[in-house]
Amino acid sequence: MAMLHTVNKSPFERNTLDSCISMAKSGSSILLIEDGIFGALKGTSATDKVSSAMSNVTFYVLGPDLNARGMTEEQLIDGIKVVDYEGFVDLTAEHENVQAWL
Amino acid sequence: MKYGLLINEGPYQHQAVDSAYQFAKAAIAKGHEVFRVFFYHDGVNNATDFAVPPQDDRNITENWIKLAEENNIDMVVCIAAAQRRGLLDANEAERQGKRGDNIAPGYRISGLGQLVEAGIECDRLLTFGD
Amino acid sequence: MSEPWEDEVEGPVKKFMFVNRKSPYGTVYALESLEVVLITAAFDQDVSLVFSDDGVYQIKKGQNTDGIGMKNFSPTYRALEGYDVEKLYVDKESLEERGLTEDDLLVDVEVLSRAELADLMDDQDVVLSF
Repeated sequence: MAMLHTVNKSPFERNTLDSCISMAKSGSSILLIEDGIFGALKGTSATDKVSSAMSNVTFYVLGPDLNARGMTEEQLIDGIKVVDYEGFVDLTAEHENVQAWL
Repeated sequence: MKYGLLINEGPYQHQAVDSAYQFAKAAIAKGHEVFRVFFYHDGVNNATDFAVPPQDDRNITENWIKLAEENNIDMVVCIAAAQRRGLLDANEAERQGKRGDNIAPGYRISGLGQLVEAGIECDRLLTFGD
Repeated sequence: MSEPWEDEVEGPVKKFMFVNRKSPYGTVYALESLEVVLITAAFDQDVSLVFSDDGVYQIKKGQNTDGIGMKNFSPTYRALEGYDVEKLYVDKESLEERGLTEDDLLVDVEVLSRAELADLMDDQDVVLSF
């Protein structure tokens, strides 16, 4: 499988998610962790760019980081999958390589 | 899978080391091997023997020591990054003429070659940073 | 037929890519990343460097750190060739966003589109980003 990208920055603070999306090849995956989870939410100024990227790239969000920040699955953009840390491990094993966008 | 983890941020300031710890526990629970954790940049501060977090907070330095002991993880602190930031083991403290040493038992100091080696030997090298 | 001394077992060579996205001096990442690059080259690995986002400022010409009391480490980028590190790539879009051109850079690079960089990244064994 293609690459797994992780993003740990809020899209409202840094351009990390933009950079990641622009270099994520079709068929790769993006996992949002830490403050990166804010990119997974519906109804924000970042929602459109994530939604449109989802036509080529699969998005995941780390559930424990989501919950820690007071967010729930209902607030996620449709189609974003929630994983726990074991799911994070699975993603790193299933993909050929991992790039951490910091 | 054989994993190497690179930790680039210090304790309590940033979540990076906590994320790495949760990841390592999950990887081990799933039967993977965590071969080495390499502490670089401010990440070297995780190895301090002198941190005294409040009782109701996690003890990051000790949590890693315990996890490493139980699972045979090689915890390496970059010597150059550590010396810059005032982290010395007993040998280095003596060699540099410093009054004390502050690297907790369970961590060892070594060079960046250990990071490159982890990149070569592991199936995956993951970065946790800021 | 190969000579006996050519049969010497060589270590594994992996493709390491360093993605530099931060400007120099404001934080230590650029400098300490460069140290890993040099060590990785010393291990005879296949090394590439990518400069994107504010990372393009790492190789801006004319850096003068006299006034900030820090060491100007930019000459090291020009020395990389001596370590057989010759694959230096710059993100075209990042350069343009910052009003820079290839002439502003202190070292020879290949300017690539994000799609081309994505292909290169996809082809790596280890990707490190500081």
